[in-house]
Amino acid sequence: MNAPLRRVGVVVMVLFGLLFANLNWIQAYKADEYRTSDYNDRVQVADYKRKRGNIEAGGTAVATSKETTGTLKFLRTYPGGAEYAHVLGYKPVNLSDQGIERVENDFLAGTSDQLIGDRLKDMFTGDDSGGGNVLLTLSKKAQDAAYNQLRNNQVGAKKGAAIAIDPRTGAVQALVSMPSFDPNPLASHDTTEAAAAFNKLEQDPAGPLKNRALSETLPPGSTFKIVVAAAALENGITKTTQIPAGPSWTPPTSGSPIRNAEASICPEPKVTLLAAVTESCNTGFAQLGVQLGANVIKEKARQFGFEQEDLTVGELGEGGLPTAASRTGTIQNADGGDDPAALAQSSIGQRDVRMTPLEGAMIAASVAHNGSQMRPYLVRQLLAPDRTTSYYTAKARELRQPVSPQVASDLRDMMVSVVQNGTGKKAAISGYTVGGKTGTAQSAPDRPDHGWFIGFALDKNGTPISAVCVMLEQAGPGGSAEAARIAGQIMKAAIADPGGR
Amino acid sequence: MTVAATPASSPATAGEQSGVRLARSRRNAELSLLLLAMALVAAYGATVEANLLDTVTPDFWMPAAALGVVFLGLHLVIRFLAPFADPALLPAVALLNGLGVGFLRRIDLGEAPVADRESLATFAGQGGRQLAWTLASVILAAVLLAVMRDHRSISRYAYTLGLAGIVLVMLPAVLPPSISERNGARLWIQVAGFSIQPGEFAKLALLVFFAYYLVRKREVLSLASRRFLGIDFPRGRDLGPVVGVWLISVLVLVFEKDLGTSLLYFGMFVVTLYIATERVSWLLIGLVLFFGGAYLAYVLGETVGGPFANFYLRAEIWLDPFADPTDKGYQLVQGLLALGTGGLFGAGPGGGQPGLLPEVQNDFIFAGIGEELGLFGLSALLVVYLLIVERGLRAALAVRDSFGKLLAGGLAFTLGLQVFVIVGGISKLIPLTGQTTPFLSAGGSSLMANWLLIAVLLRVSDGARRPVTGAGGKAPRPAAGPPEQLHGAPTEVIKP
Repeated sequence: MNAPLRRVGVVVMVLFGLLFANLNWIQAYKADEYRTSDYNDRVQVADYKRKRGNIEAGGTAVATSKETTGTLKFLRTYPGGAEYAHVLGYKPVNLSDQGIERVENDFLAGTSDQLIGDRLKDMFTGDDSGGGNVLLTLSKKAQDAAYNQLRNNQVGAKKGAAIAIDPRTGAVQALVSMPSFDPNPLASHDTTEAAAAFNKLEQDPAGPLKNRALSETLPPGSTFKIVVAAAALENGITKTTQIPAGPSWTPPTSGSPIRNAEASICPEPKVTLLAAVTESCNTGFAQLGVQLGANVIKEKARQFGFEQEDLTVGELGEGGLPTAASRTGTIQNADGGDDPAALAQSSIGQRDVRMTPLEGAMIAASVAHNGSQMRPYLVRQLLAPDRTTSYYTAKARELRQPVSPQVASDLRDMMVSVVQNGTGKKAAISGYTVGGKTGTAQSAPDRPDHGWFIGFALDKNGTPISAVCVMLEQAGPGGSAEAARIAGQIMKAAIADPGGR
Repeated sequence: MTVAATPASSPATAGEQSGVRLARSRRNAELSLLLLAMALVAAYGATVEANLLDTVTPDFWMPAAALGVVFLGLHLVIRFLAPFADPALLPAVALLNGLGVGFLRRIDLGEAPVADRESLATFAGQGGRQLAWTLASVILAAVLLAVMRDHRSISRYAYTLGLAGIVLVMLPAVLPPSISERNGARLWIQVAGFSIQPGEFAKLALLVFFAYYLVRKREVLSLASRRFLGIDFPRGRDLGPVVGVWLISVLVLVFEKDLGTSLLYFGMFVVTLYIATERVSWLLIGLVLFFGGAYLAYVLGETVGGPFANFYLRAEIWLDPFADPTDKGYQLVQGLLALGTGGLFGAGPGGGQPGLLPEVQNDFIFAGIGEELGLFGLSALLVVYLLIVERGLRAALAVRDSFGKLLAGGLAFTLGLQVFVIVGGISKLIPLTGQTTPFLSAGGSSLMANWLLIAVLLRVSDGARRPVTGAGGKAPRPAAGPPEQLHGAPTEVIKP
């Protein structure tokens, strides 16, 4: 019986040899394929093993990580809830991440090249200090005001957006899109729950996931008159130049008559440019636009930032939240020639003109800041996990100079007149010089008008503190006045919170 | 019937039996190896804590120490009751058992709330339960060594054990599912929170019966045969009982859907038959039957379905686990991903994610360990298993009686086959059939049965290595057969 026993011994060796060879195949040859497989949750678990850094606004953490007892060690939570959702985005387990969470993912996760020193230190100390912290430019008070005022607007608008920026730097002070959503369920470790929450938001007809402040465009209405006025000022017209007006004006060759919002607005045949802006005189600006020509208007709009497709709002150097390009449209006939009717309508911000609230705020900001437009940004500082080292501090950068300081000064005067004597009175803040421009934009004949306001606040030395744009979608009558009121509240909050930013 | 033992007196062993060789018990070697194994287990526990808790608690050595005390006890028992037993067996098994306890404790630590991790008691959780079962199993093994002073003595109970084996296998199938069913498989006896898997013990009982029966009949089996298709088949009446017992067991297991164990019994049966008869044709017949049967079951599962559908499903999963990676192929896929992630060096003890593996405390423990110890760690474990199996076979080679040869050879091979079935299963070498990984997987029945198996191997190796002259001053007995096999054994008349 020894011969078969010896052979059995050989058989066992062969069997174990097969196991060994197969384990080599799996653990050496196929290892990378398995390690990086889509079905391998280990990568994710490793992702959640290190404490992700905070995102902070005005000294308060608005995105933070909590330790759990589950397989995924840290749960991402958003104490600010819906208020900061469109800025922060969210970091879900199984969906794609959005917002600042996506833009600054490497730094927050601690995998950024910048944090290599911290990781090396962790290796030696055995600690795991987590990812870096992202400090936003948002002012807590301004953001609170923007969110609460927009949500509780007095005209019952369900959708809208508000954005405030510091005209001197481009730092975003407030950014709200309405309706918003709670990002917390999306970051749930229960992936079915998270997916259900996401699907519900995605299928919501109100589009809560849309960032209306940055990536949605609507006809700007009369706020566009600031662009036309700037073009006029550069083409031999002054604040006091009498321009043609009247109760109604029909563009030559074709088109329906252009009227003013109310009969009391510029019924006289000629008004000053200042008065036309103050009262928001449609007939005056329609004729002004036709007089200047489509190319002049389009070029001026482009210099203010229209047509820019690659603008992002995040760090100043790179990346950030994507924005939509604002457009003036073709302003042409079907045959390619100039179309006075289209030009007249475009000059009062209708027809194919489309603007983001961000662009509106940038126009107001450049007027307030002597014609210099600063590149908007959201990330103020990147702090090391232990908060001792700063890896990035925003240094304000000029984006472009749409108008000369002189033209800016004239525009400023006219916009201040709007708030002091005209349609934007509700934006006024006592002790500060506030300028602005209201806008009421028709979207479709059967839908209520959109209400707009762009404006700025200057302190008593004339230093610009805040520039803002508020948009209330389908707000109906009184929409622009309500937008002006909200804008005033936001700027007031921004003024009250100079150090918190 | 003295012929039964003649193969034992081959020239090589006869030389050893002449008393020329100086008998060495090598008990001190066993003790040193055992201490080394426990040091490794303690080091493993410390590494787990360092990785998982970021600190090493002052009590990290407790599980290793508890195991050390238990194994040291068994070592002392061996010293007195089986002084010539193979010195490598106990340390090798102790290392595996210790790593198993350590890994189960590592799972407990990973699952415990963060606040409780550093204060997890030694006997808490799965690791603690396994530790307690180890204690019980080792005591039982020691008792078996004490009671069974000569391995041949159990051949007296061969028929009883054979019957008991069948009963143990069948018990869960006839008991109501409320008692026997767990996770869809009816393999258990669960009473008042206490559960055992009787099938684990049936393996041992049946092998004793096979060994005894085949030794008694080996002459007729190898000589009295009918030639059919160029192969000599034994007569039905000679082979009948053992085939019957085996067939019942396998059918019941198939009915219970315990495919791994039925495969194990099949291999166990074929190999003992081959060792007993020394005819390669049995291996060939076994392999043909096995692969033929497997293929037939696969085809029937595809076409007819019903009771064979399970075979088909398992084969399909095996052929392409990534076809349905989140449902049917989930277990296998997760096992492969864990092994792949471990790579060559592994994530380190405590550095992996065993929580992502289904059944990681049981069927997939080897994959969980593979993620953390890597290819090098798993290779080392395979070598330890191989060492145990080959040491068992060596005891079989050296022992002087046929019954001991068949018993030790069968047990050693069965242990090796079990490792092959489960490790091959989780690494996609063969279709996955649920099976415990000996000494590593959580579960008292498996641990206890395998420790009893080791006790038998220790006893046989003691018999094999014990100098013949030392036994009561008797002269060398080159042809000494087991007396138990002689009484009552009717003389077989060989009819050509």
